[in-house]
Amino acid sequence: MPLLKGGVEVADGWRALADAEPVPAQGDVVVPLARFLAEREALLARGGKLGVRCRNTDAVEVLAPDLHRIDLIALEFPRFGDGRAFTQARVLRQRLGFQGELRATGEVLADQLLHMGRCGFDAFAAALPDLVAEWRKAGASYRAYYQPATADQAPLIAALRGGRRTPLANP
Amino acid sequence: MYQYDQHDRAFLADRVALFRDQVARRLTGVLSEEQFRPLRLQNGLYLQLHAYMLRVAVPYGTLNGRQLRALAAIARRYDRGYGHFTTRQNIQFNWIRLADAPDIMADLAAADLHAIQTSGDCIRNVTADQWAGAARDEIEDPRIWCEIIRQWSTVHPEFSFLPRKFKIAVTGAARDRAAVRFHDIGLRLLRNADGEVGFEVLVGGGLGRTPVIGKVIRPFLPKAELLAYLEAIMRVYNRHGRRDNPYKARIKILVNDLGSDEMRRQVEAEWEGLRGGDLRLDPDLVAEIAGRFAGPALTPDPAPVRAVEDLPLIDPAFRRWLDANTVAHRVPGHRIVNLPLKPIGAPPGDASAAQMEALADLAETYGHDDVRVTHEQNLVLPHVREGDLPALWRALDGLGLAVPNLGLVSDIIACPGLDYCTLANARSIPVAQAISTRFADLARQQDIGELRIKISGCINACAHHHVGHIGILGVEKAGAEFYQVTLGGEPGEGASIGELVGPAIPAARIVAAVETIIAGYLAFRRPGERFLDTVRRVGVAPFRERLDAAA
Amino acid sequence: MAKTRTGSINVVTANRLADGQAVFLAAAGGWVADIGRAAVATEAASAERLLAIAAASVARQEVVDPYLVALAAGEVRPLALRERIRAHGPTVAAIAADATRYPE
Ligand code: SF4
Repeated sequence: MPLLKGGVEVADGWRALADAEPVPAQGDVVVPLARFLAEREALLARGGKLGVRCRNTDAVEVLAPDLHRIDLIALEFPRFGDGRAFTQARVLRQRLGFQGELRATGEVLADQLLHMGRCGFDAFAAALPDLVAEWRKAGASYRAYYQPATADQAPLIAALRGGRRTPLANP
Repeated sequence: MYQYDQHDRAFLADRVALFRDQVARRLTGVLSEEQFRPLRLQNGLYLQLHAYMLRVAVPYGTLNGRQLRALAAIARRYDRGYGHFTTRQNIQFNWIRLADAPDIMADLAAADLHAIQTSGDCIRNVTADQWAGAARDEIEDPRIWCEIIRQWSTVHPEFSFLPRKFKIAVTGAARDRAAVRFHDIGLRLLRNADGEVGFEVLVGGGLGRTPVIGKVIRPFLPKAELLAYLEAIMRVYNRHGRRDNPYKARIKILVNDLGSDEMRRQVEAEWEGLRGGDLRLDPDLVAEIAGRFAGPALTPDPAPVRAVEDLPLIDPAFRRWLDANTVAHRVPGHRIVNLPLKPIGAPPGDASAAQMEALADLAETYGHDDVRVTHEQNLVLPHVREGDLPALWRALDGLGLAVPNLGLVSDIIACPGLDYCTLANARSIPVAQAISTRFADLARQQDIGELRIKISGCINACAHHHVGHIGILGVEKAGAEFYQVTLGGEPGEGASIGELVGPAIPAARIVAAVETIIAGYLAFRRPGERFLDTVRRVGVAPFRERLDAAA
Repeated sequence: MAKTRTGSINVVTANRLADGQAVFLAAAGGWVADIGRAAVATEAASAERLLAIAAASVARQEVVDPYLVALAAGEVRPLALRERIRAHGPTVAAIAADATRYPE
């Protein structure tokens, strides 16, 4: 699956672990939220970076105490039209101040990239033929927005009133 | 009214360009129908029974003459010469070609109009009291707040893929003409004990399959916190609203499942994290938006103008119209002029291009260039000098828009129904036409008095049949059209949901059934008692007996 | 109202992509607005054949959402009211009232 990060396609250096799969001593791994909660101490203590994969029904707030030690959170868009992960992303970024990689997975479609980026996603695992071009196009859709979001801290409405362009931050 | 600035215009231009690209990709097959459908819906374009239908937003129901002419031009150039005003203060065109849609959007944008978020599972066009800025019982103009909500909700990155569509209504008056109790969120401007103006916030009202009256979750919200509080509600809904069944996906189901106390707790917890932040509305910003709604400078004129005093003697028809269709304005010497789009026997809410153009002229000449669309599918000229009324009346009469039937039995709300809508079970418009024709006699209508009939072609309830004094719902039985009839609904401050009067009635008997019900009312009513009050006093049982006897 | 009332005599309908117009698959091939010129299938196999032709047309971006419309025996008249309205236009006695009363 192509991965877009920082506006370019990159190789995915993370290993996604299934529920019962043994945790390797080294390397960067992503575990499901339930497993993180069950094996929290051990996972945080090991070498290598740690990522957590949440379903869009999970209460991401449970990660609050450990966010500074988590490097990646993967959120899921199970189908076009199911927008729960947009709110999860904003809660993580805005309310809980998560600074690590926020990755969009699942049904990641071109016409939603703009919204995802504005809500704070900075990595996208998407089966799109030309992810880089789609991302550029999405970011150029509008000269300005009407509301502050996470990636563009535009002052409310005044973003437009002042005529300032509030471009989508390039991840 | 609100004047678009260069930034609003730039945003619309960008949106038109995006949509033009999407349509081109669809027509050349780059996008499949499945991929394209949600994109066209976000731009108000449906595929209906006979063609594409375009739903254009009329934000908070306010138009000027130039915009009305632009709509007329679209009706002429791209459609069949008419438009249909809806119960959400929008206008629909029924015969649109997909290939023309980008040009239509560009024409709309040139008049500061658009079709953004008139469909899809997002925050829809925000509706308001049609008499905003003119009503005597108004505390503050609700449109200022509607516009602020419009801006905040337009292409909102977090709330564009909600469990289901989301409707917000705002009223600033003591009397609720915006049906705020039947919206996903209803906002009522009110003054608290300290004299401060803020909002009462209602959540979870709605019609459709499960009609519910909204619950107050915050009795008083400071104005500056409006958007933060709305964002908190939307967040709770976006995360927890049901997505497994579209009929259970509206926020009213979530409020019902959680209970309004738990809903309030969750919203307020979310609000804690948002209040005082980016979304706080600073008074300068509000003042700037309010400034763009500055109404006309009307000079109070306490002495009634001679012409108005004299005319009733000359023409009783003018007097009837004056009494039925106009209402006192907050500035003495002026009237709010209502224009029911309900000529006897015509489809409710339809207006021809010629009518729209003529009305644009009249609005500019007599109405300070301000036209309103109502959720009752009528139009309004909110600011007319009393001295201009005779001339205006004559002109309206020539357009067929001076029938003095506001709020009477022929002022029917009807959805497009099976004649246009792919979701319909039965026809609505022909039933409205038949009832209107049966009760054509205005003296008879006036004798019956206030009576609001609402006809929906299916349970989606676009015509708000649950809150009709007489509600009519089309159903299908073995391929034939039948209608369920409810009595006693009311959308305003004494909100109630109508009660079923009996088994569904076949199409051939529906007009006779309405006559039977009205005859019952005339027999039961006490002097001066409205239809709704009689139904509330005697209940539906006596009406049912009469219907059974007549069947 | 149910799209189709089932029956053994069918025509295929769809909406044309570019203008949304309700159209019918013609006996001579292609799509026509007049249901009277539609290809009539009198048994299941021929209905399937017509649907296959329609599916190919969908793939060429000509029409969307094709389906079968059941007709009454012996006449080109859809069984379902919805389909009769779709084929012949709204039954509304015309906004008409206004359009004729106030000519341009
Ligand atoms: S109520 Fe039903 S039939 Fe009427 S317009 Fe709405 S969806 Fe269509």
